Amino acid sequence: MMDAVAIPPFETFYAEHRSEVLGLLRRRLGRDRAEDAFQETFLRALRAYERLEHGEHLRAWVLTIASRVAIDVQRREKPTGELPDLPHEDARPAYEDLGELTNGLPPKERAAVVLRYGYDLTYHQIAAVLDSSPDAARQAASTGVRRLRKETSA
Amino acid sequence: MSVPVDLDRRFRDAAARSGMLDAAYDVVDSPLGPLLVATGDRGILRISFDTDVERHVEWLARVAGRNVLRAPRQADPLRRELDEYFGGRRHAFDLSVDLRGVTPFTERVLRELARIPFGQTATYAELAARAGNPKAARAVGMTMNRNRVPIVLPCHRVIGADGSLVGYAGGLERKVALLTLEGVLL
Repeated sequence: MMDAVAIPPFETFYAEHRSEVLGLLRRRLGRDRAEDAFQETFLRALRAYERLEHGEHLRAWVLTIASRVAIDVQRREKPTGELPDLPHEDARPAYEDLGELTNGLPPKERAAVVLRYGYDLTYHQIAAVLDSSPDAARQAASTGVRRLRKETSA
Repeated sequence: MSVPVDLDRRFRDAAARSGMLDAAYDVVDSPLGPLLVATGDRGILRISFDTDVERHVEWLARVAGRNVLRAPRQADPLRRELDEYFGGRRHAFDLSVDLRGVTPFTERVLRELARIPFGQTATYAELAARAGNPKAARAVGMTMNRNRVPIVLPCHRVIGADGSLVGYAGGLERKVALLTLEGVLL
């Protein structure tokens, strides 16, 4: 039997994932709102960290938490119809394009598309973010992509 | 994309305030060079002249729990006491020391060690006798060598029967500096 992947000290985990988490939150929420969400994400992670049973999928785990926080923030706020400010310093233009491109999608579809195609999470992992089933996650991503095709070709 | 320094600092402060950290550490300046300091909810876990942070983080996670984070805010009280000590304004430390995991003998020796006052010294054999085992001078030497919290637990105040300084895990020049600060050496 393989040993479970050891769970690193929180400092190591935080240092490894903070940049990517901030990037995801900025794309989803804009620069200002991303800062509070960043803190909230890692405080939630810290709270759950000592109950983790193995160190696998920590990246997917923290991106999941960040996505949930972003959805919570979006739900708390009344829709203004305005698009959030997006950063223009991202080292990975593909992600940024995806962030810009998906701005107009409903939150669940946007989360599904960005997590699937920007972060390469599985539908199973995305389902955990969205509190739904893998099938529903797949559905949300494909509806989102179809909607994008329609918008970009219109 | 790098995380802005102030955002990083705000999270570390919030984590320290949350009470969810098993251990918080920082690297602080001192007249003896940079010191790694680490504290938990039961007191000081580690003070070290060796600032190889990664190794200390692994050790802290093993001893105290995996929620280990660099959090200057939580290290502030210890930093303040050390500053006062090095500034000559403090002769005894108020913060408690977390000795979890040490053997009963080591604990007895360290408790006796903590009683040697500022500006005084004891020999290895005297400390062994006070800990209830007069023949254990050599073991006391080992215990001093492995002291997790030098300065606060004053192993620099323990010297040879002939008055020689013998050794110091942080380097003999630091033992000289500390005994000079305390007026034992000129």
